[in-house]
Amino acid sequence: MAGEQPSANLADLLERILDKGIVIVGDIRVNLLDIELLTIKLRLLVASVDRAKEMGIDWWEHDPSLSSRASRGEVSDGQDSSREALEEENRRLRERLAAIEEHPHDGDTPADGAAGDGKRTTSARSASTRKRKNSD
Amino acid sequence: MTDSSENAVYLYGVTRGLDLAALGGSPGVAGAAVRDVVAGDLTALVSTVRLDEYGEDALRANLEDLGWIEATARAHHAVVDRAARLAPTAPVRIATVYHDDERVAQVLHEGRERFGAALDRITGRSEWGVKAYAHPEDERPEEEAMTPAAGTGVGTAYLRRRQEQRRRQNEAGRRLTERAQAIDAELRVHAVAVRRHPPQDPKLSGHPGTPILNMAYLLDDARVPEFQALVREIGERSPGIEIEATGPWPPYSFIETDGG
Repeated sequence: MAGEQPSANLADLLERILDKGIVIVGDIRVNLLDIELLTIKLRLLVASVDRAKEMGIDWWEHDPSLSSRASRGEVSDGQDSSREALEEENRRLRERLAAIEEHPHDGDTPADGAAGDGKRTTSARSASTRKRKNSD
Repeated sequence: MTDSSENAVYLYGVTRGLDLAALGGSPGVAGAAVRDVVAGDLTALVSTVRLDEYGEDALRANLEDLGWIEATARAHHAVVDRAARLAPTAPVRIATVYHDDERVAQVLHEGRERFGAALDRITGRSEWGVKAYAHPEDERPEEEAMTPAAGTGVGTAYLRRRQEQRRRQNEAGRRLTERAQAIDAELRVHAVAVRRHPPQDPKLSGHPGTPILNMAYLLDDARVPEFQALVREIGERSPGIEIEATGPWPPYSFIETDGG
């Protein structure tokens, strides 16, 4: 009993148990690929693949077993979650940009390494506001 | 004879040389007792289950219920995991169900060469999972290195900043890919076989970092300690990267999945 993992991480478990292991045809025929759960699982996996792909980490794409799975997932429902991730990322980037521009002297963004630039960024921003008003 | 038509036989996996008593009598799926069906030198681990839960229609519905899946997956895994620690065990995919013990014995007999080969491949070995995550905030180098060129418009400066941000992101991605590949290259030297899993979604794994690596390595039992030490060491010398090893797993990822 010692050394067992009483609660293996569900993600680790599902990725192994659902479509790994010896496949032998049972008497009770269930085509697992037709089943919605697999779609859900694929959607989750594909979402992470898309997110990682945004960062250019896509070397597993060349693994045929994975890429066929990924493309199958994309046909179904993967787009929603990947768009969500993209929107979320955009939102974060916008906030981050705004924070950098608003508070160039706050200590909480890496941009503050360049403290001497802070002033210029601030004035550039107010100039930007002005310009936008004028051009409208 | 009474209600055998309402029952079926659930198969967990195929093992060789396992003493069933050593399994400890813990229940399997749906709380059912774990039994063995023996054919030649092969032993199938099975439970009697009810068709109203494991019949065709019931399975189709149940497999869409994540709660049911989780309970069944954990029960399935618990049986396979205990067996794999005692004797070489080839897990069977979840929800493989037969009419009765005779059918299971027949499947063992007909597939004896294939099962034998699979068991030979994993004897004295175990599967180890390694995942790595990057924490982007630790990864960001000197930002804002570029200064808006004097005299250019603010819109241009903004676009340039965005462009620079994207460039940095791509660069970070490339660096992470290289680090992930370097980690894998170091680890796979110790493995008999390697499988790549897709990176896990943070919603499922609950991990906040960016998943950059999710591998399974089949290790000779003797090499496990040095493998674990290497994982630890890589973690220590990799700032911004979190690396974790899980195992031993039954060799789920190293049983061939075709030819059924």
